[in-house]
Amino acid sequence: MNIRNVGLILNRELKSYVSSFTVYIVIIMFLLMTGYFFYNLTATFSIVSYQAQSDPMLAKQYQLLNINETVIRPLFGTIGIILLLMTPLLTMRLLAEEKKTGTIELLLTFPINDVDVVLGKYLACLVVVLTMILLTVTYSILLVTFGEPEVVPIGTGYLGLVLLGASAISLGLFTSSLTENQIVSASISFAMLFFFWLISYSAPLVSAGMGRFLSYLSINEHIESMSKGVVDSEDIIYYLCFIVLFLFLTLRSLETKRWR
Amino acid sequence: MIEVENLTKEYGEFRAVDNISFTVEKGEILGFLGPNGAGKTTVMRILTCFFPPTKGKAIVAGYNCFEDSLNVRRRIGYLPQRVPLYEDMKVNDYLRFVAAIKGAPAKEVNRKAAKVMDDCGLSDVSNKLISAISGGYRQRVGIAQALVNDPEVLILDEPTVGLDPKQIKEIRNLIKELAGRHTVILSTHILPEVSILCGRVIIINKGKVVAVDRPENLATESAQRMLLRINGNVQMIEQELSRVSGIQGVEREQASGDTNGFIVVLEDEKQGRQGIQAMIERNRFELVEMRTMEVSLEDIFIKLVTKEEA
Repeated sequence: MNIRNVGLILNRELKSYVSSFTVYIVIIMFLLMTGYFFYNLTATFSIVSYQAQSDPMLAKQYQLLNINETVIRPLFGTIGIILLLMTPLLTMRLLAEEKKTGTIELLLTFPINDVDVVLGKYLACLVVVLTMILLTVTYSILLVTFGEPEVVPIGTGYLGLVLLGASAISLGLFTSSLTENQIVSASISFAMLFFFWLISYSAPLVSAGMGRFLSYLSINEHIESMSKGVVDSEDIIYYLCFIVLFLFLTLRSLETKRWR
Repeated sequence: MIEVENLTKEYGEFRAVDNISFTVEKGEILGFLGPNGAGKTTVMRILTCFFPPTKGKAIVAGYNCFEDSLNVRRRIGYLPQRVPLYEDMKVNDYLRFVAAIKGAPAKEVNRKAAKVMDDCGLSDVSNKLISAISGGYRQRVGIAQALVNDPEVLILDEPTVGLDPKQIKEIRNLIKELAGRHTVILSTHILPEVSILCGRVIIINKGKVVAVDRPENLATESAQRMLLRINGNVQMIEQELSRVSGIQGVEREQASGDTNGFIVVLEDEKQGRQGIQAMIERNRFELVEMRTMEVSLEDIFIKLVTKEEA
């Protein structure tokens, strides 16, 4: 690995993102969707709080009146799912486009290692996703300004989102290395990400041990505890393994391309 | 500079390159000639370390393409066939990117990019997006990116395809200037290009080497032909011509007015020429034109390729 080469690839990919139309559409859609959910959650919260003023029974339900529980946690969950919907649109072009246009032939004959190519592209996409996540900080700023939420779960929730996004990019980069068709790449990404999202649904159907295992495999379960303010090394390790595994598979996939 | 030994590449069942061996000396321009699908691109992709051969080995600038790929890649400039470039970049940004990724120090990047742009006549379009420039300029950007950082070996896959005659001439001049300092392999199916540019030609067909020689030698190998235009009685001239020694055969050729055209195939060039001269003087024919006909590489090529198939 050569840091300079990674930087060069990263820089080029970023320029390419900035000059492409897709990125802006993706960011706008992402903000529209998350903004819509943010509005709904806060609106519901304020109505419930208002009603609790005149309804003693409602006022006893502390859970409903805790902004962390009723707004922040569901918000992070939703942002996570929207991220899973959006990242394949960002990752699909990374390698598939190079294969389609043939630029991969030059890229792989430049005197750089495949690792540099993969990491450069990965980090470029990560920068875009981080930007998207950063833009949602406005929601938290609004909540902190007008409400009194606990701040720690917000911080750890963002950590969870970043790790979730980073994992989705890793998987997307891998599917982009499999094909020269961007749509095929995005489709496979969607399918795999949804598989990792929904896998915990079958947990109740199997034995307890197996169920725990399936829940552990689920990409969304781990963000759940983080948005409660709990950072478990188990969750961090899960995401890191996920990222490394798919980066490794991407490298292997590039390598087999050379052999064919 | 380049050594290729028993190179074989198979795609599944299909054998694209079949046991090819050749060497290229430093400073030489080698032409790679063959019909489409002959295996030219496959050989070049092996030499540029895009993929490894199934069997055999390739050594470029002293390094094995498979085992020491990075060292080989540092020393080559490659222009792939379809000239794949990043369409969303500006010409100078792209060349700076290539210079940097080929290892030019940060301070040198701008200077090196500016130099190749100058050499390849790209200064006018340096601020345009690659998607917006014409095919001729695209091709030049392709060559410029291969040239940046002065590689020892240049591998150009059909460098003049899709250019207009003026651009073809310019690109050829550019490549000619490279000889000596760089070792160049270029593939083409345009035959005159080879005789203009290359010191040596390798003709391949269906993955096998059919012939290796200098373009002139390939031309002289086949029989010399001469065009004659003579005024006078046709039958008589033809009769007299066929009697001249050193001539293999005589063919009639279309000519205008009183002039009769003949194509003479010479067995022995000198003897035939003298014989014809003597014959004309003896018979007092009026000689209008007499010239050796260039044997085109097309003829040789078709001959070699069809011979192989027969």
